[in-house]
Amino acid sequence: MTHAVSNGLLASDLVKNFGSVSVLKNINFSMNADEAVGIVGPNGAGKTTLLSALAGAFQLDQGSILLNNQDVTEKCASARCNLGVVRTHQIPKPFDGMTVFENVLVAASYGVDADKQTAYQHTLNAIQLSGMEHVANRQAESLGLLDRKRLELARALATQPKILLLDEIAGGLTEAESVQLVDTIKELRRQGIGIIWIEHIVHVLLQVAERLICMDSGEIIADGEPQAVLSNPQVVKAYLGGGIE
Amino acid sequence: MSQWTNSVTIQRWTPSSRYAIVFAGLVLVLLALAPLFASNGLLDRLTALFIYVILAAMWNALAGYGGLISVGQQAFFGLGAYFTIRIADLGLDPFISVALAALIVGVISYPISLVMLRLKGGEFAIGMWVVASILHLMVNLDGLIQGETGISLVSLNHYDSAQRLTIIYLLTLGSMAGLLALLFFVLRSKTGSAIQAIRDNEEAATSVGVKPEKTKQLLFVIAAFGIGVAGALWLTSATTFLPKTYFSVQWSAYMIFMVLVGGIGKFEGAILGAIIFFLVETWFSSTGVWYLVSLGAIAIAFSLFLPKGIWGELERRFNWHFLPVGYQVVEKNKINTDKK
Ligand SMILES: Nc1ncnc2c1ncn2[C@@H]1O[C@H](COP(=O)(O)OP(=O)(O)OP(=O)(O)O)[C@@H](O)[C@H]1O
Ligand SMILES: [Mg+2]
Repeated sequence: MTHAVSNGLLASDLVKNFGSVSVLKNINFSMNADEAVGIVGPNGAGKTTLLSALAGAFQLDQGSILLNNQDVTEKCASARCNLGVVRTHQIPKPFDGMTVFENVLVAASYGVDADKQTAYQHTLNAIQLSGMEHVANRQAESLGLLDRKRLELARALATQPKILLLDEIAGGLTEAESVQLVDTIKELRRQGIGIIWIEHIVHVLLQVAERLICMDSGEIIADGEPQAVLSNPQVVKAYLGGGIE
Repeated sequence: MSQWTNSVTIQRWTPSSRYAIVFAGLVLVLLALAPLFASNGLLDRLTALFIYVILAAMWNALAGYGGLISVGQQAFFGLGAYFTIRIADLGLDPFISVALAALIVGVISYPISLVMLRLKGGEFAIGMWVVASILHLMVNLDGLIQGETGISLVSLNHYDSAQRLTIIYLLTLGSMAGLLALLFFVLRSKTGSAIQAIRDNEEAATSVGVKPEKTKQLLFVIAAFGIGVAGALWLTSATTFLPKTYFSVQWSAYMIFMVLVGGIGKFEGAILGAIIFFLVETWFSSTGVWYLVSLGAIAIAFSLFLPKGIWGELERRFNWHFLPVGYQVVEKNKINTDKK
């Protein structure tokens, strides 16, 4: 589904190879800035790589990315964050030697133009939204995996994103915790934040995603209304043996 | 939704840090008055201590806060001394030469940073050693220096020896205080938190808007400038410039020792490490080779068994935060406690 988007992301013909492995094969993707898009696909399909490409984590081998009609293909992750596109990392990357508050403050100070007091407010809000109040002063290296994932979310939120790219943040949550997470994401949706969310736990994802994309072997094999995508024969085949819930 | 964010506030100073700053101020005043009552020998030794403090603080900023471990910072120590000789040779006052030389070192370090900061981890560390060796060779090519014979900062003779000692002492004390204040200010600022974020995870820092290149360049230049000041001041106090002693990797060994023992990544740690090194040197340096071997062994022991150094241990045990560069979230009704 590629169409001109004046307000949102438009990625055309994305190609990324790691050595001889072709991880993104001519991906075309677009979304409006206020959409909520879920991405599923088997392990190694290239989901994280697509997210990294959109976030500007590496140079593409081919293709272009427009954000609100502005060409950002050559822009680094830092510049894209300043333009409102920020990502979380599937494998959390905390600033180990800093406290949770300090981790998030870096994002609040550099992700968006804000004076000190505003940055503090953004930081505290992001910490609360991610449910990390009780560990605000903890050194990040002492956090468990769940809190590390929450920290990824908190840091991303503190940059006041317009489009938020989430990479498997629901894994390992209890039922109650995923309800809370969904509430948080719904709240962000109400604020008009666009979301791309990679998630293996499909029933959680579908509470937020209005549109679903399925990737397999570096290609988008289905894209559209979630139930239609899930019952698409190609998608069923891609998951054969793996099993989609 | 808003209860927690409204019930807390951000604290940067602690009561103990206020006392610590007052105490540090008093110590500085006392040290500034020392020429009135201290012996020349003591002033000379204290001058060396202040230079160690500068070196340790700069290496700690670079490695402890910025994650840029270098074994080539003697490059800037040597250049600081070399340019002082060069500028003084033009007929300028030796102390003005010191200031200009340090500035030149800062300026020169910028293009060096553009090349060297492309290297990561061990490559950067060793690459800096290579830079130091190349600069050492280049300085040796300058006819003025007379190769490894060396040259003296003869213009110091315009001052009588007691006056000279006092000027050097006070200049070094002032430089140390000024450079420590500069580092404290930078590390406590927004830039300081970016420096630490880059150290911990450059990719993550970039993804939340930090610009790693500029930030690292700034840190690199500050550290080079500070070590340039140290080299230039060392020359005024030693008077003779011998390239091989100034560009020696031994200086890196000293810096690493001071920072590892005192506490890497702790502002107070570097200062403590310099004092410990100074005492060890005062008491044991006459034991020659064994002195160097022991320094190395102690540094390794610390990094294995007490990785946060002596200050890290004190901080953990007694919750001391004298010169905090970080942030604490505290509940509004519990303001002004030292507790985490
Ligand atoms: N930096 C890299 N270097 C080499 N190969 C890589 C790199 N990053 C990813 N790959 C490979 O690219 C393919 C796609 O990886 P990617 O992480 O995008 O998959 P994914 O769909 O996110 O999978 P998962 O569901 O396991 O997270 C995999 O085969 C992976 O091994
Ligand atoms: Mg992935």
